[in-house]
Amino acid sequence: MKILVVDDEHDVKTLFEQRFRKEIKSGEIDFVFAYSGEEALSYLAIHKHEAVLILSDINMPGMSGLELLRQIKQKYHEPPPVVMMITAYGDAENYKTAKELGADDFLTKPVDFIALKEKLKITN
Amino acid sequence: MILQPVLALLILRYYRKCFKKEDIPRNWKNIYWGSTAFAILLFLLFMMIRESRTIVSWLGHIFLLALIYKGYNSPKLKNARSALNAFLPVTLIYFIIDIITAIDKSFYKTWENYFDVAGIFAFIWMIAMLIISNKQMKAIEKERLKTEEAERVNKITQELKAGLEIQVSERTAELTAQKEALEQTLSELKATQAQLIQSEKMASLGELTAGIAHEIQNPLNFVNNFSEINTELISEMKAALDAGNINEAITLAMDIDDNEKKIIYHGKRADAIVKGMLQHSRSSSGVKEPTNINALCDEYLRLAYHGLRAKDKNFNATMKTDFDNSIGNIKIIPQDIGRVVLNLLTNAFYAVDEKKKNTKGSYEPTVSISTKRIPIPGKINEAKVEITVTDNGNGIPNEIKNKIFQPFFTTKPTGQGTGLGLSMSYDIITKGHGGQLKVESKEGEGSQFIIILKI
Repeated sequence: MKILVVDDEHDVKTLFEQRFRKEIKSGEIDFVFAYSGEEALSYLAIHKHEAVLILSDINMPGMSGLELLRQIKQKYHEPPPVVMMITAYGDAENYKTAKELGADDFLTKPVDFIALKEKLKITN
Repeated sequence: MILQPVLALLILRYYRKCFKKEDIPRNWKNIYWGSTAFAILLFLLFMMIRESRTIVSWLGHIFLLALIYKGYNSPKLKNARSALNAFLPVTLIYFIIDIITAIDKSFYKTWENYFDVAGIFAFIWMIAMLIISNKQMKAIEKERLKTEEAERVNKITQELKAGLEIQVSERTAELTAQKEALEQTLSELKATQAQLIQSEKMASLGELTAGIAHEIQNPLNFVNNFSEINTELISEMKAALDAGNINEAITLAMDIDDNEKKIIYHGKRADAIVKGMLQHSRSSSGVKEPTNINALCDEYLRLAYHGLRAKDKNFNATMKTDFDNSIGNIKIIPQDIGRVVLNLLTNAFYAVDEKKKNTKGSYEPTVSISTKRIPIPGKINEAKVEITVTDNGNGIPNEIKNKIFQPFFTTKPTGQGTGLGLSMSYDIITKGHGGQLKVESKEGEGSQFIIILKI
């Protein structure tokens, strides 16, 4: 399973690689990282239908996670990638907007990795 | 003789003149009227009685002499002395004649002619002296009137002076009251100003808090996550060592080490943010200290951005930075410059957000901050540093460009801006640091604020 992680914090890459080191080692999960919405879109444009799951931060400079979500849901229909939104602000408005735009799940920072792993197993 | 009462009346007239009409002392009045009445009584007695006139005559002599003695003796009757000098010979001559007549009438008869001549001379003397005396009296009277007039004028002057003094003291009191009122107003204004500055600080701190919360949350998440991972890795490493798998243990140790570095890095990041916040809310130390201006700008850029993000979920902007690493540390008051940078950035974000709200087409709100070291030609040890905050918002209309640094000028809706941000920034840069704060703006295209500091 290929997961695209979108976050402006660069250390998120190391964090995910460490948290999922067993899964990466076993080849269960393959991570790709993008540091902005724009970067994520250009990756998706080149590697069509590669990413099964997109984990995106909402608060990013430039293109926001919600805008990215909107564009992904518009452009990629078949098969639609699962998009999970992550935000530091667990507020109702962001949640509502994300759901309206078609987000498949909504996580709040700090990410509970055990819960995330459970969710990934179900998605898988 | 009938002469004595007449002379007495005349003398009394002169005595009377020695006093002003209004202020004759009571005892003098009594003496005057008593003497007058006595003189008239003597005169009438003399006219009515034909026999034993001698007693009346002697009474007249004694009365007259007493009167004259009183005149010479009393300082209050000084002015009548020249008149007394006129009457004295006549009085004495007739007194002597009467004495001589009483002692030896034949002697008097023998020398009668001489006595008569002496009497006539005494009369002539009296008349001449009286004329002189009258003149003198008139002169004295004139002088007296003059003195009185002078006194009157003096009195009026005194009254006017007193009046003026009252007026002056009233005016002085009024002015003092006004001065005190003004001083009171001034100190109230100063207190208000201090309060406004404080509220501006608090307002900008309010803008920061959400950003700070966000900015601290991220590094803390990393610290927590990497610590948890390290705990796992350490137990894995132990297991690897137990299994004798040295290579794997070494790999794990290296990972642990990397994570540890990340923990330290993010811990310090959170630490710097908290310190920055404390510094911002603290009143300025006023002390210049070597500061990394690039780090300061970067920090406030993030704080300002996340602060606005937290307030308005729809807010978004591209941030660009271009820092000149050759600047190194410069001596500034970090809290104050931080406040200025924050203010300029908040304004920039506000400007792009306003434009975004009113633009329907594609518009990418962008705020950038850059620093640049500019050498001063001919000077090796001196240079300038330019800190530029640029936005692509709506720009500042020309007609308000010269007002933006004025205190209380704001384009924000009532209650949203204090109008003190830029004026305080201007003071901090120009007065506090001897630098310049410039603005360049094109309507519709955006604004650029440039801080120029000498180092």
